[in-house]
Amino acid sequence: MLKVENLTKRFKIHQLGGKIIQGFVDVNFEVKEGASLGISGPSGAGKSSILKCIYRTYIPTEGNIWYESELYGNVNLSTLKEHLITKIRELEIGYISQFLKVIPRVSALDIVANPLIVEGVPEKEAKEKAIELLKRLGISQNLFDAYPATFSGGEQQRINIAKAIIKAPRLLLLDEPTASLDSKATEIVLTLFKELREKGCTMIGIFHDKEILKKFSDEIYYLNIDM
Amino acid sequence: MKPILEAKNIWKIFGKGCKNCFSIDEEKNGNICKYCGSVIGCRNISFEVYKGEALGIVGESGSGKTTLLKILNFDIEPTLGELRVNIEKEDVFGSDLINFIFQKDINLFNLSPYEKRLVRNFLMGIVYQNPFLGLRMNVTAGGNIGERLIMADIKNIEKIRNRAKELFIKTEIPVERIDEYPAIFSGGMQQRVQIAKALSIKPIFLFLDEPTTGLDLSVQARVLDLIKNLQKEMQLTMIVVSHDLGIIKHLTTRSIVMKDGKIVEAGLTDQILEDPQHEFTQVLVNSSL
Repeated sequence: MLKVENLTKRFKIHQLGGKIIQGFVDVNFEVKEGASLGISGPSGAGKSSILKCIYRTYIPTEGNIWYESELYGNVNLSTLKEHLITKIRELEIGYISQFLKVIPRVSALDIVANPLIVEGVPEKEAKEKAIELLKRLGISQNLFDAYPATFSGGEQQRINIAKAIIKAPRLLLLDEPTASLDSKATEIVLTLFKELREKGCTMIGIFHDKEILKKFSDEIYYLNIDM
Repeated sequence: MKPILEAKNIWKIFGKGCKNCFSIDEEKNGNICKYCGSVIGCRNISFEVYKGEALGIVGESGSGKTTLLKILNFDIEPTLGELRVNIEKEDVFGSDLINFIFQKDINLFNLSPYEKRLVRNFLMGIVYQNPFLGLRMNVTAGGNIGERLIMADIKNIEKIRNRAKELFIKTEIPVERIDEYPAIFSGGMQQRVQIAKALSIKPIFLFLDEPTTGLDLSVQARVLDLIKNLQKEMQLTMIVVSHDLGIIKHLTTRSIVMKDGKIVEAGLTDQILEDPQHEFTQVLVNSSL
C-alpha cells in the first residue's frame, strides 16, 4: 500500500550561505496493507525525516512515495497537491510524534472524541468510545475533563496515541510513540497497534528501544548515516 | 474538485504606474518602481482555495498581504487580475439576488459596483484588525448586525433582533449588551461583534485581517478558538492574514508567504513552518519566538 522509491531529502539553509544539510539519501522500501515496518538507525540518520516526508511536513528533494489512497487511488505523496494532502491527512493518514501537539483549552476527553465527532458519529457514542480507549490506556478517570497541557509526559503521549487511533487510520506513522511510557503502558500500546493492524491499518514506526522495535515490526529497515 | 475561489494574476500598483512597473527587480528596488516611483502592492498573485479550507497569508508589514485581502473584499480595486468563484446555488442565502455569479466564467472584478456590493453582502464576511473599519461605533452593537441584515432585504425588526441575539450567543457576547455602543466595548469584545457582523448572513467566505493582533494573550486565545469552532460548524472557507506564525499555525492548513508584493512560497502550513524553502521564509520562521 506504500512504496518509497529513491527518496532523498536535503535541506538548504539560506542563512548559512546556501549550506546543504543531508537528511537521508536514496531510501527504498515497501509496506503491505496491514503490515508494520520498523525503521532503525543511529540518531541523526534521518528516521524522523522519512516519516515527515511521507506526511509531507517535509518536501522530498528526490524520489517517489506511492500510496494506495482510498479517496484518490494510487498517488505520489511527494508531489501530490496540497489540498489533497490535507484531505488524505484528515481521513487516511495518522501521525503520532513523541511530542503532544497540545490543543489548549480542550479537555482530554474532547480531544480524543473529536476525530469521531468530525466524521459525524453522535457525540454520546464518540465520547463512550473515547472513554473506553482512555481507560484501556490507563489514563485516570480524574483527568478526562482536565486540560492535557498540564499532564505528565507519559499521559500526554497516551492522549496523543488515543486521538490518532480512535478512528483507525489506513496508514499510521509513528515517531517514538512510546518514548516516555513505562513498560506496562508500552505493552498496552503495542497490543492496541496490533489490533489495529488486524483491522487492516498499515504502520511505519521508529522505536529507539530494540526490544520494542522487534515486537512492533514485521520487517525492519536499517538506515545508516551516509555522508 | 474545482476550487471555490480562484485568484489569478492580481496586480496592484499604487501611484501613476508605467509599463516598467510590471518588470521591476525586487532584489534591488524592493517593491518600488524606479522609473515612476509607484509602489507595487501586489505582484502577479495567483492562488486557489478549496471549500472549507483555511488559507493563511503570511508576510512582514508592507508585504502586501492586507492589500491582497482588501482586493478580495472589493475594498480596493486591483490594477489587473481575475477573481472567480465556484459556488453551489443552494449554499447561498439570497441566491436569487445574485444569480449572476452562477454564470460561467465571471471575473468578479469586472462586476458593477452594485453587483460587487451584493456579492460582498451575501458571500463574504470580513474581520479587520482595526474594529473602527469593521464597525460603526455610533450605532449599537445590535444595530451594526441589523444593518447588514437590512441590506440583505430582511426588514422584520423582530426577526432582526432575534438573529442578532442568536449571533451574540454564538460569538459569546453577553446578550444584554445588545443596545450598547461598541465604542465602549473592550478590544476582544469589539472583535467578537465584528465576527458576529461578518457571520450575520451566513457567508461562504470569511476574511480575517490580523483578527487578534493587539489583544492580550488570553483574550486572543479565546477569540481564535471561537473562530476555529465557527469555521468548522459553518463550513466556512477562510482566508487569514497575519504576520504571527502562531496564529497561522493555529487556524490554517495551507499558506502562502508574501514579500514585496509577491508570493515567494506556498505550501502546507506545517511544511512552511518546519521545512521552509525560500530564504525569506527561513528568516521569518527563525525569527519567531
